Amino acid sequence: MRRWLAPLLALLALPLLTGARDPILVPEVSQHEVDLQQGFTGTELLLFGAILTPEGSRAAQDYDIVVVLKGPTQSIVLREKQKVAGIWINAASTELRSAPAYYAIASTRPIADIVDDKTAAIYELGLKWLQLSPIGAINPQEQIRFSEGLVGLNRHNGLYREDEGGVQVSEQVLYQARIRLPSRVPTGMYTAETFAISKGRVVASASSQVEVRKMGVELAIARFSQNYGFAYGLLAVCVSVGMGWLAGRLFALV
Amino acid sequence: MDVYLPIANLSVNGLIIVGLGAITGVLSGIFGVGGGFLTTPLMIFYGIPPTVAAASAASQVTGASVSGVFAHSRRGGVDYQMGSVMVAGGILGTGIGAVLFNVLEKLGQIDTVISILYVLLLGSIGGLMAKESIQAIRAERSGVPIAARKRRHHPMVASLPMRWRFYRSGLYISPLAPLLLGVGTGILTMLMGIGGGFILVPAMLYILGMSANVVVGTSLWQILFTTMATTMMHALTTHAIDIVLASLLLFGSVTGAQIGVMFSQKANPVKLRLLLAAIVLLVAARMALGLGYRPDEIYTVAPL
Repeated sequence: MRRWLAPLLALLALPLLTGARDPILVPEVSQHEVDLQQGFTGTELLLFGAILTPEGSRAAQDYDIVVVLKGPTQSIVLREKQKVAGIWINAASTELRSAPAYYAIASTRPIADIVDDKTAAIYELGLKWLQLSPIGAINPQEQIRFSEGLVGLNRHNGLYREDEGGVQVSEQVLYQARIRLPSRVPTGMYTAETFAISKGRVVASASSQVEVRKMGVELAIARFSQNYGFAYGLLAVCVSVGMGWLAGRLFALV
Repeated sequence: MDVYLPIANLSVNGLIIVGLGAITGVLSGIFGVGGGFLTTPLMIFYGIPPTVAAASAASQVTGASVSGVFAHSRRGGVDYQMGSVMVAGGILGTGIGAVLFNVLEKLGQIDTVISILYVLLLGSIGGLMAKESIQAIRAERSGVPIAARKRRHHPMVASLPMRWRFYRSGLYISPLAPLLLGVGTGILTMLMGIGGGFILVPAMLYILGMSANVVVGTSLWQILFTTMATTMMHALTTHAIDIVLASLLLFGSVTGAQIGVMFSQKANPVKLRLLLAAIVLLVAARMALGLGYRPDEIYTVAPL
């Protein structure tokens, strides 16, 4: 209940406090922690909230809503396979300093209808506009080819998503969008950003954080493997020898 | 049954993994090979990251070979002296393999190298096995026995310096030969996540010229310790062993292995060898096609 209470209170209080001409955006995320543990097969986040005019009346018919959920950025090597002497091998590569591990965008209408390319690029609205920061000088054509490759790969894995029309607005005041996290979602701090856009201009934005983390046994195993490699290896050896031996024993009884 | 794999970072159907382990277990029980040559590619095909697949498959091979080693040692089928020389070589080999793994991963060529190794090794060994078992079946039918081989071991083995007596194997050869053989399989175990039984057994028979009744036991002995060393090496360097994945695989494979052993006691060994040859050639052909066809994903991502 409290999760709902906070935005509602803010909703009531804000029109009294602000005298600005900008609309009021009150966003919320259905859960601020996503726990990766046994039984996790992916989940759906609900990004929702309300949009009001400065006067505090219903406003959504004048605004488009865009929500973006972005995972932690990472430095990666992106490799491209080419056919060399009859077989497919990694033949080209590029290094990207800020590839988001996860990126999902949902909007009320296609992004191209809402904002122009320049605005889309500034706010990184859409997979086309991800700022991947390639290291070293590569020509623009090659850069485009590589970023399209990365986007294609991650779309296929369900880690990059674009849902034009994924934001629903009800009663011209409440909006909501469902965003799917697949089971292979990377851990880290995610940012959920909401933009209210009017006549091609971002007039209000707000962001909140979602943490994706391993929990319980899964966290313990991952830490154990990273920090105590030797003991972890011994455990793996003991488990395998023990299970092999036990099976031999049990079947000898049959 | 969904199981979340904490190191591979994804959730899989646990029953499929157990089933995969069971298939390779049955094979290992029947043929006395570890079955790693099947598990690793199948897991990669299922979507598990290649490094995690290779690292976790090694511990599955350990489990599958344990009961085999017990069974063979009880009837005196393990040449511990020869086996220990090979284990020493194997541990050395996993070290070399770990360095190679690192270098190839940095170059981005590890997957290609693994695939090419699979095609070459499985193709040639499978071909040899098929040829030999077809000859054996023909000889059985016609009643004309195959002419005995003229020499015990390869001339290159005989030319190596410093000879030891290996009583159980019935050999007087340089320990460098089994040591080098051990190094070779150690490297392959580290790179490909295989035990190497299907390479070791023919090599021990035809290159070293060991007597047939200790070959399988001794190769299992070598595989047992080399895969243990591989598991430790992966735990210390790649941190890629997923113990949940390994346990699921093990559960399937150790049970499967016992069933396979029961089955192997009833079946005709020559026909079994032909069957194994066919499976090995099938995997090799599949990997070769994978290299030649345009892959689904042209791009791959690795952390910088």
